[in-house]
Amino acid sequence: MIKSYKLSRTISDIVIYVILAVLGVIWVSPLVWLVLHSFREEGGITVPYIFPKHYTFDNYVKLFTDKETFDYPRWFLNTFVIAVFSCVISTLSILMVSYTFSRLRFKSRKTFINIGMVLGMFPGFMTMIALYYLLKAMGLTQTLPALVICYSAGAGLGFAISKGFFDTIPRALDEAATIDGATRNQIFWKIILPMSKPILVYTILTSFIGPWCDFILVRIIMGDKRDNYTVALGLQKMTDREFVQRYFKQFLAGSVIVAIPITILFLKMQNYYVEGVTAGGVKG
Amino acid sequence: MTFIEYKALSPAEKVKYKVSEFFSRLPGLLGAFFASIGKFFKNLGLNFVAGAKGFGSRFANGDTATKVSYIVMGFGNFTRGQVGKGLVFLAAEIAYIIFMANFGLAYLNKFDTLGTVAQQQVKDPNSGRMVTVPGDNSMLILLYGTMTILITIVFIGIYIGNTKSAYECEQRIKAGKKSPTLKEEIDDLLDGKFHITMLSLPVLLISVFTILPLVFMVLIAFTNYDKAHTPPANLFKWVGLDTFRDVFKMSDGASKGYTFVELAKWTIVWAIFATFTNYIVGIILSLMINKKSIKFKTLWRTLFVITIAVPQFVSLLLMNQMLQDDGVVNVLLGYLGISPISFFNGTKLTARITVIVINMWVGVPYTILQTTGILMNIPEDLYESARIDGATPVVQFFEITLPYMLFVTTPYLIQTFVGNINNFNVIYLLTSGGPNKDASLYQAGETDILVTWLFKLTLDNNDYNTAAAVGILVFIVCATLSLITFNLSKSSRNEEEFS
Repeated sequence: MIKSYKLSRTISDIVIYVILAVLGVIWVSPLVWLVLHSFREEGGITVPYIFPKHYTFDNYVKLFTDKETFDYPRWFLNTFVIAVFSCVISTLSILMVSYTFSRLRFKSRKTFINIGMVLGMFPGFMTMIALYYLLKAMGLTQTLPALVICYSAGAGLGFAISKGFFDTIPRALDEAATIDGATRNQIFWKIILPMSKPILVYTILTSFIGPWCDFILVRIIMGDKRDNYTVALGLQKMTDREFVQRYFKQFLAGSVIVAIPITILFLKMQNYYVEGVTAGGVKG
Repeated sequence: MTFIEYKALSPAEKVKYKVSEFFSRLPGLLGAFFASIGKFFKNLGLNFVAGAKGFGSRFANGDTATKVSYIVMGFGNFTRGQVGKGLVFLAAEIAYIIFMANFGLAYLNKFDTLGTVAQQQVKDPNSGRMVTVPGDNSMLILLYGTMTILITIVFIGIYIGNTKSAYECEQRIKAGKKSPTLKEEIDDLLDGKFHITMLSLPVLLISVFTILPLVFMVLIAFTNYDKAHTPPANLFKWVGLDTFRDVFKMSDGASKGYTFVELAKWTIVWAIFATFTNYIVGIILSLMINKKSIKFKTLWRTLFVITIAVPQFVSLLLMNQMLQDDGVVNVLLGYLGISPISFFNGTKLTARITVIVINMWVGVPYTILQTTGILMNIPEDLYESARIDGATPVVQFFEITLPYMLFVTTPYLIQTFVGNINNFNVIYLLTSGGPNKDASLYQAGETDILVTWLFKLTLDNNDYNTAAAVGILVFIVCATLSLITFNLSKSSRNEEEFS
């Protein structure tokens, strides 16, 4: 009896290992393909076989030296600058809004929360044309500050997850501090923030990663000014019909270079993500 | 069922009971939800009436200085020792008057017609050449008019605050109390009124860069701003509900009505499949990884989760290339002796199945990441008693795991569902809407969902009014779903009691 139980468990374990291995290969293979073919020497977009025949660093070298049509290093710098600024503004906005909604009690708090929720439900693309004309009226189109504004101005609306996190910090702490004579301002900086490392890291990293991935707003705001493109739009441009034959391998190389720092950040963030989101989001 | 009866149930039955109770309460909750919307508007009206009454009675009961504050803002505070506060109010009034005189009024005046004089080509009598005489620009009138209205609403708020402050100041002096100085008021902004300090910057940013554009676009849905009416060369005007009628109207050829219905159907199908395939496959994988006897848990999890880290536009553009007719997937199929499949340019069905499957590649890792913690929390004794009863793993999954997960993660599921209705990236980067074989679709392809259609209408076709109307319709669906979840979810109901 016990033997057969053990046997069936071993069999089921083997089945699970096989399934995980097969699916794991399926999930990772596009990324492996991406890395391998970014070193491919021959061919254009596709080759009629799976592994490249000759490997070279040329695609990477060209990416940084051949700047005539596509100035990749400059895009990288643009994106980095935008990401830093919008990360600072977004993080501050999100933390301020979510702390206020979670900890402070004032008239019309519920109304503010509901309005915030409703605003977040309009399809994002609806506003892009109006946003374009607004920025144009301010004389900001085709500039980097315009993008910083676009990425960070509405950030306060993403308060839900960090509010959920703040809700889990015991209220007794605030009360104790108030009795000791601390103002709300001091409570925020000296008590709540130091205790919120997971959600702080999560917020900083998500708002830093955002600008690296958007290719739609940039397209509308930058138009044909290629010097001010970000990496995402630039890479997408490389896959346009007129360029894709010539630049596809550079596109692969460029993608690898963007993906590496984001992957590292993400792996660092993963634990904070799980900790922050499960504490803040779904409570069983 | 009484409490004692409930206590006597086996753990598995308890979960079942809770789940069925949850779903039987759903209609009631929906009713309560709509009732709460009604209550919200009722309260809004009551507040307004109360505010107007207070506004009038303060004027009637106040002394001269308070009455003067109704015209010269800040006067009441200024003459009663609150110089700084008084000056702030006065500055606000002067700024508003200057703004209206130099800018706002001109646009507000034309707001009802959105401009009457179109741009014209006139022969210059001196040189004999054609010159462009600028006319009204409907777009700018609408944009700046909306801005003026929003600024006016804010100003009215400040104005009412000013009358309140003047009256309170008067009452304080009558009662023999001292008014707080400006410094004390500023200190209070870091403590008692800290919420004002914290919210002012985000609210300002959101008002200018989210609310203003949004109001503007909602208004666009009620105009005829399309490619035939594009400023500055042409004017556009208010047309009421015509745009919405257009979106629902069926006609021969490529009609917006047909397209809307077709895309709405596909959007729903897409959202359901995209949500549930990811959810179920994600949970199963997560269970497999977390099974006690399985080793290298971190390795397995990282294998899947690492795909989230690669920016979506990279992985999706890559997938797009890999699935082309001569792409690597077809090469692979060739090795296996299967004839190549035209994933994106074949039939509607192939393309649709392809995007749903690829979406699993994108979405399953998210489910794994988010459900791992919850799965660990399922009480182990549920499984133990099920095993004693001789339940197979499959039965356990359907009888315990799935009901429990559904119960705990309903809010998350509805969020994902709404997210999928708005899932632009997957559709746009993979197929761009293709295969584009149905000619009666207006500016759309068979795999387009409503938001990608909205995007195409705006950018490729300049049908701004139709796009705005579609956006509003999508919003109504998403908002209803999300508000229901938000009000159902425990984090909202129990936010006070949690800790």
